[in-house]
Amino acid sequence: MANHNDIDIDRVAQLARVELTAEEKEKFSRQLGDVLHHITQLEQVDVSGVEPSAHAYPMVNVWADDVAQKGLSAEDALRNAPARRDNMIAVPKVVD
Amino acid sequence: MADELYYQSITSLSERLGKKEVSSVELTRAVIARTQAVESQVCAFNSFDEKDALAQATASDARRSSGGALGPLDGIPVGLKDVIAVENQPLTASSKMLADFVSPYDATVTQNLKKAGAVLWGRLNLDEFAMGSSTENSATKKTTNPWDRTCVPGGSSGGSAAAVAAGEAIASLGSDTGGSIRQPAAFCGVVGMKPTYGLVSRYGLIAFASSLDQIGPFAHTVEDAAIMLQSIAGHDPKDSTSYRAKIPDYRAELSQRKGPWKLGIPQEYFGEGLDPEVNAAVEKAIEYYREQGCEIKEVSLPHTKYCLDAYYVIATAEASSNLSRYDGVRYGHRSKDAKGIVDLYFKSRGEGFGEEVKRRIMLGTYVLSSGYYDAYYLRAQKVRTLIRQDFLKAYEEVDALITPTSPTPAFKLGAKADPLALYLCDIYTIGANLAGLPGISLPCGFASSGLPIGLQLIGQPFEEANLLSIAHAYEQAHEWRNSHPQI
Amino acid sequence: MSQYEAVIGLEVHVQIRTQSKMFTRVGTGYGHPENTLTDPVVLALPGTLPVLNKAALDAIIKTGLMLGCDIAPMCKWDRKNYFYPDSPKNYQITQFDQPICIGGRVEIELPGSARNVMGEHKTIPLTRIHLEEDVGKLNHGSHESLVDYNRAGTPLMEIVSDPALESADEAYAYLTAIRAAIVQGDISDCDMEKGQLRCDANISIRPIGTTELGTKVELKNLNSISYVRDGIAHEIKRQLSLMASGGTIVQETRDYDGTTGASQSLRSKEMAHDYRYFPDPDLMPVEVDEAWKKRIEATCPEMPFDRQRRFFETYDLPYTITSVLVWDRPLAEYFEETVKLAGVARAQLVGNWIVNDLLREVGAAKIALADSKIRPAHIAELVELIEKGTLLNNAAREVFSEMFKSGEMPAAMVKSKGLAAEPTDTAELEQWCRDSIAGNEKAKAEFQVGKDSAINAFKGPVMKASRGKANPKLVDETLRRLLADS
Repeated sequence: MANHNDIDIDRVAQLARVELTAEEKEKFSRQLGDVLHHITQLEQVDVSGVEPSAHAYPMVNVWADDVAQKGLSAEDALRNAPARRDNMIAVPKVVD
Repeated sequence: MADELYYQSITSLSERLGKKEVSSVELTRAVIARTQAVESQVCAFNSFDEKDALAQATASDARRSSGGALGPLDGIPVGLKDVIAVENQPLTASSKMLADFVSPYDATVTQNLKKAGAVLWGRLNLDEFAMGSSTENSATKKTTNPWDRTCVPGGSSGGSAAAVAAGEAIASLGSDTGGSIRQPAAFCGVVGMKPTYGLVSRYGLIAFASSLDQIGPFAHTVEDAAIMLQSIAGHDPKDSTSYRAKIPDYRAELSQRKGPWKLGIPQEYFGEGLDPEVNAAVEKAIEYYREQGCEIKEVSLPHTKYCLDAYYVIATAEASSNLSRYDGVRYGHRSKDAKGIVDLYFKSRGEGFGEEVKRRIMLGTYVLSSGYYDAYYLRAQKVRTLIRQDFLKAYEEVDALITPTSPTPAFKLGAKADPLALYLCDIYTIGANLAGLPGISLPCGFASSGLPIGLQLIGQPFEEANLLSIAHAYEQAHEWRNSHPQI
Repeated sequence: MSQYEAVIGLEVHVQIRTQSKMFTRVGTGYGHPENTLTDPVVLALPGTLPVLNKAALDAIIKTGLMLGCDIAPMCKWDRKNYFYPDSPKNYQITQFDQPICIGGRVEIELPGSARNVMGEHKTIPLTRIHLEEDVGKLNHGSHESLVDYNRAGTPLMEIVSDPALESADEAYAYLTAIRAAIVQGDISDCDMEKGQLRCDANISIRPIGTTELGTKVELKNLNSISYVRDGIAHEIKRQLSLMASGGTIVQETRDYDGTTGASQSLRSKEMAHDYRYFPDPDLMPVEVDEAWKKRIEATCPEMPFDRQRRFFETYDLPYTITSVLVWDRPLAEYFEETVKLAGVARAQLVGNWIVNDLLREVGAAKIALADSKIRPAHIAELVELIEKGTLLNNAAREVFSEMFKSGEMPAAMVKSKGLAAEPTDTAELEQWCRDSIAGNEKAKAEFQVGKDSAINAFKGPVMKASRGKANPKLVDETLRRLLADS
């Protein structure tokens, strides 16, 4: 298992797209380090031959027939939009 | 005060409504007045709309006079945790991120309650995005415990529990991912129930941890909880994790099933950290069942000590992904300071999310990240399988498990600053979420401080009828439900 | 330069044509007013959940069977986590490690040495095909981008080839073959202009004879099958010249501009993507049993090149005709229907009329084949009239044009317009033939020593004498008889 004292908090915040203040980074590093340390207990469990539980009660083939239903009007779709133009969501220009 | 309309049970009120002794408008007015009287102290609601509630009540009365009453919930004011979507009402998750969000659609449970004729009353406070055990993580306000306003009501469904306890709603809906219904029910001295995973639709519930979340009722009595569960249980084609279970008449089953039952006491739930007064109250409850002829067995759930760890890996991993959609693009808080699209994500999420939410997103992102998936997430899911197997093995010998709901009664506001300490509150409730089992908390006494103590029963999968009956038997033999906070 | 070979893998995304979206039941479509094909699930509003589209599953199983894939007995759904404004949940639901289709192959046909010569056939192995959801559309302005979510959530198949293509031409042939199979299988219209088929290419080079893969460059924004070919060709050149000048090929994503023919590095995603794949807890796995596969198999059409082989064998058609029929299933079916009526012996004739004349008329009138007034019965009858000598070629062309406009059957038309070749006065015909033979001793001599084509020299004078009305078949028979007798 990883050395949890070395959480790369910058990389994690980058992946999660959350801006943290310097204090938050320091605090979270420490707190998460503690939590992860606790979680290392899981290493003690013998999980050989154990299937992971993707779902509590496994079901298969859950689907719906391909029938189109009424959706939202553009007005309702954009009702909570922070910024819009021409019936579209507006964001600062996306440059790849 | 026990005579007050706002403290009556659904059962009693629906009878009185049926006899025209009281109208839904009168009842709703009483609840509104009570809310206006105590809300400044309890702070259970993020928002409420009196006009809307009275309009619903009026409609209920009209239905009733034309002979079209819809059942026991018709005309009864029910509060909803502010993570359950109601069309044209705010849906904030008690977060800055969704402070101005208005839902354009109904959750399935909302539609169910509407079909049952309930009067939907208010948006109830919670720990932000349901992450917490005290409702102190709310970005809107801190809800207090009606029994002692210097104490927390529990969490994350603190508002839902406190509102019922204080008479600000006859019943309410909350959500439970690691104990977020049961623990506040215990802290606030009311009944709170989490159904088997998959029994109640999650469509329209703001997702925290998809494989653990369930919506469930708060009420004054077990029978009321059964009535509430009846209206929301059942398969939903909009929720692919929803189970096609056969739904019995829960309320009718209460009078059919009288026991005696086989009850198990998991030894791992009665060890270090358990408050002696809580222990004593639960032991007395166990004694009651024994006197009624129930077989009481000591059982072991050997993987109990791994529950917390498995939970925090799985729940935060799922949450980190579920909360990715909150980015200020299509809805929600968008930072005014963003200089470009990349910045928009970072700043909107940095500003919109509170500390605990950010912490859990960090943890969840970390455990899923490259190089760590096998060691954390995959392993935790395997341990989860073992945890569930522990329960199912115990159920080969007993009908249900009996435990304290929480290691202590409600603690003081601000008492638990360390996140890890708060996480430890969940040790008795988390197992049922991981294993997908139904659980109920009901009052079983008071601590010397005057704070309520909760008894938890954990049942077999999809055996809510049995679970409710076991709880109902204890409840009816005691008077705890008739105590109300002095507020 | 020739010490290196190119190694190309293609990722093709195909929109499946369904009524509703992949994970919710709002409608799909192209060209609708912005944000009118959304619902709470598409927009990833708080509290929403996905539900699989059964028809999309059927469609991908069909595609997998058509392309020779193994259909996984069990497959599941995963979340691919990354942030982008066109992706409402900021994760895409896809299939990571247990896709529904595994392996497979695509038969391609390379260009031949000439237009009427069939090129080499090759089989390109596939790695996998999986199902996922499409994203919205970004419209870039000068200071802002506008997002339309109509496309978001449309069912998408991702077809991944092995890195087994060796040239730009092969890539072109591969896309043509895939598109034909999918269109003919009624899965998608594969219109690249509407974004229904998109292609990214992974290109690397390595010394010939080695097996290790070189550093690969991903090429995006290849908006047409031609641009795919051109872009790949351009990239191969770029890599070769980089190697030749001692440079190193950097693993990167490049954007190809089809109009300028140049590519540029996309402002690099500084760190490699960490998609944090994990099984989607909101969706259940899918199990495909034999019964389901059999039901789908029964709906699979004949594959284009199988049809080509069958046409060669059964109808003895030349490549110039089959190469048109291969790519057009309705046309091929029309052809076979006509041959059923006209007889296999006339297959070539039928083929000619359909591939040349019918296609020309249909194209000029800008209508669909199904709307053509000329049906198989018309052509079958026409061909019979020609073979019997009732209708001569010039008149036949006139009849064809008329039929296309009016839908009248040819025999009736020939009668009403008096277009029948005149019944031959055999005595007159014989005299013209004798005269023609007598007038060309040289050709007669050549014919009689075995040069069969010499007979053509006699035909001109006969046609002239008959003012073009003589039945060619009869002329030929008569000449041969006379030449044999003399």
